[in-house]
Amino acid sequence: MQKEMAYSFPDEVLKHVFSFIQSDKDRNAVSLVCKSWYEIERWCRRKVFIGNCYAVSPRMVIRRFPEVRSIELKGKPHFADFNLVPDGWGGYVLQWIAEMAGAYPWLGEIRLKRMVVTDESLELIAKSFKNFKVLVLFSCEGFSTDGLAAIAASCKNLRELDLRESEVDDLSGHWLAQFPETCTSLVSLNISCLGSDEVSFSALERLVDRCPNLRSLQLNRAVTLDKIANILRRAPQLVDFGTGNYAAELQPDVFSNLAGAFSSCKELKSLSGFWDVVPAYLPALYSICPRLTSLNLSYATIQSPDLIKLVSHCPRLQRLLFLIQVLDYVEDSGLEELASSCKDLQELRVFPSDPFGVEPNVSLTEQGLVAVSLGCPKLQSVLYFCRRMSNAALVTIAQNCPNLTRFRLCIIEPKTPDYLTLEPLDAGFGAIVEHCKDLRRLSLSGLLTDHVFEYIGTYGKKLEMLSVAFAGDSDLGLHHVLSGCESLRKLEIRDCPFGDKALLANAAKLETMRSLWMSSCAVSFGACKLLGQKMPKLNVEVIDETEPPDSRPESYPVDKLYIYRSVAGPRFDMPPFVWSMDEAVKILH
Amino acid sequence: MSSENGKRLLETDAGGLNFEATELTLGLPGEPRVTSDGGAKLGSKRGFSETVDLKLGDNNREVKLGHSLQEAAKSPVSKTQVVGWPPVRGFAKRGKKSCKYVKVAVDGAPYLRKVDLEIYNSYQQLLTSLEDMFSCFTIRNYLNEKKIEQVNGIEYMPTYEDKDGDWMLVGDVPWQMFVESCKRLRLMKSSEAVGLGLTTGPKYSSTN
Repeated sequence: MQKEMAYSFPDEVLKHVFSFIQSDKDRNAVSLVCKSWYEIERWCRRKVFIGNCYAVSPRMVIRRFPEVRSIELKGKPHFADFNLVPDGWGGYVLQWIAEMAGAYPWLGEIRLKRMVVTDESLELIAKSFKNFKVLVLFSCEGFSTDGLAAIAASCKNLRELDLRESEVDDLSGHWLAQFPETCTSLVSLNISCLGSDEVSFSALERLVDRCPNLRSLQLNRAVTLDKIANILRRAPQLVDFGTGNYAAELQPDVFSNLAGAFSSCKELKSLSGFWDVVPAYLPALYSICPRLTSLNLSYATIQSPDLIKLVSHCPRLQRLLFLIQVLDYVEDSGLEELASSCKDLQELRVFPSDPFGVEPNVSLTEQGLVAVSLGCPKLQSVLYFCRRMSNAALVTIAQNCPNLTRFRLCIIEPKTPDYLTLEPLDAGFGAIVEHCKDLRRLSLSGLLTDHVFEYIGTYGKKLEMLSVAFAGDSDLGLHHVLSGCESLRKLEIRDCPFGDKALLANAAKLETMRSLWMSSCAVSFGACKLLGQKMPKLNVEVIDETEPPDSRPESYPVDKLYIYRSVAGPRFDMPPFVWSMDEAVKILH
Repeated sequence: MSSENGKRLLETDAGGLNFEATELTLGLPGEPRVTSDGGAKLGSKRGFSETVDLKLGDNNREVKLGHSLQEAAKSPVSKTQVVGWPPVRGFAKRGKKSCKYVKVAVDGAPYLRKVDLEIYNSYQQLLTSLEDMFSCFTIRNYLNEKKIEQVNGIEYMPTYEDKDGDWMLVGDVPWQMFVESCKRLRLMKSSEAVGLGLTTGPKYSSTN
């Protein structure tokens, strides 16, 4: 009797309860309780996140979730960021938009990452969704300012337009003028990726003027320093601001105007941009520095003493991204200063200014990172490029920062050993995975044997994403990872001697992951075909730009391999250089 | 531990596929595998340079890469790059005054690539990199009159579109001038290039 009572809540009550459950994981759990909960939940799910646009088809999503208002899609594999995925590979959003146009008239938010978005797609969005509010195109490509003009003109209640790190074909800056005078709803605008001819500054000024809720604005490089003050005075409510070009001849009136404009922004917490920074203008920021929690100087050619001065004014800094200039004197000192003044630091990213240079002119070493690990106990996320590392340093870092959730270390020269002992860095990375029990993301570099993978498989129980390059000795390495890392979702590997054995022995594991990328490894064409045949829930795709894989012996290694789980079956938009190993797909070349 | 694990790898388990049932020839752990065409050995430890060779494939390309590495080594400023390493996104946009990404189209290939001209210091480096990218054929390197052909005998000439919209032969002007004026690259079939009158030889010295 009591059991029946528990399940006899009216649907409306359950719906109301479910509306408080926002996380996808929880929603998915709810839907598995019983059939009626599945039904109720699917009708009230408003937000869908699809980590791989080929894992499911638009039709399937629409069929299961008929009332979606917000969708997020990711396309190309992460290694596309480093030119490892050839142009034309895929990730087209058009079909998604076309199907959603009919099914989701109330769709309000579209967030895309690494997808190909054409002007046609943008025009379709503009035409189809009357309540469209948020468009985020993160690292996308394929569209021009014409598509943006369509969005600007038609989306009457647009709140967010974020084009970060996308590639836009420059046609004209007049698209900004397409925002009607009645559009006052903008909250966030990121046009930092646009080129010089793509922004009409006067249209931008007018837009900023009439949007009182604008909280986040990232300008592009073409906007000169003298214009910043104008913008800031029109938007003193900004919380997050990206300057354009931060260079000009030092003129006292320009300086004081700028400093005054910055100081009038009482809510400003986050800064970025700073292209071509002229250090003399940095003090204009001093009035807001005490409030800053996030500073992105990764485009700024700022030198160590200026960095030290700036950062010492920012005691509340939680997030610092910067570009290290290779200079004559030790850069570690800048990081040491940071470590002593920014005790709240949670995220640090250090980029190389000259990654391809042969002469290392070593001025940033592992010491800087060690100093930060010592001084900043809240450190959670690290991305660090350097030219030397030691196991001792890594062990120290691991012990100092047990709360690390993301650790990405790139020692620029592949297979660089511990510079003190000339040994592999297995023990150092082993310490990282052992001490940092909540580590979710790890990128390896330097000289590494199969041992490091043994550590990772043993300790990396919460590891979700692993990036590996020029590491390991044998299939054992890959086997350790696939058999040990219980939470693994994304694995990307390049230039490692991993072959068929580990992959085939752990084939079932691949169905529990989002995707696996392997390039310049030792997986044979025969093994790929076998996987494709035996694992229908996996899409096994071989990428080869030189010649069809079946024109060579089956034991020959494939160039690139991308395996991902999918309920949609093999995709139909593969370019000529991508071969599906699905049995049902004929290889027609 | 290694040999135990190795043995376990070969057994059928719930998570894997039974190798005995397949016709795949698989070596034991540690044993190098030699492919039937005598190509690179698999499964054994490989040095970095071997890895790069394997990426390109057959023996012919190994020879060519060796040659290219020598050429690139002559220029002290930038070394031959492995594609996508170090993993810096849109690097050219960070900390540099200018970045010069141009699209590279190849007649007959359905896809485009992009190169950042700023990272090269000479035509030789650029052409080497292009050869790497489109390694199914090689580009006629008229700098030293090499005639290298594609598998089906078609020759390609590197051309570019300059600021004025004219199509020129790559190598006609000093390197820096080329970087500044180049808008896009096209590897054109030689037959077409002849038709466009792009047959003039280089006008600058080979020290450029």
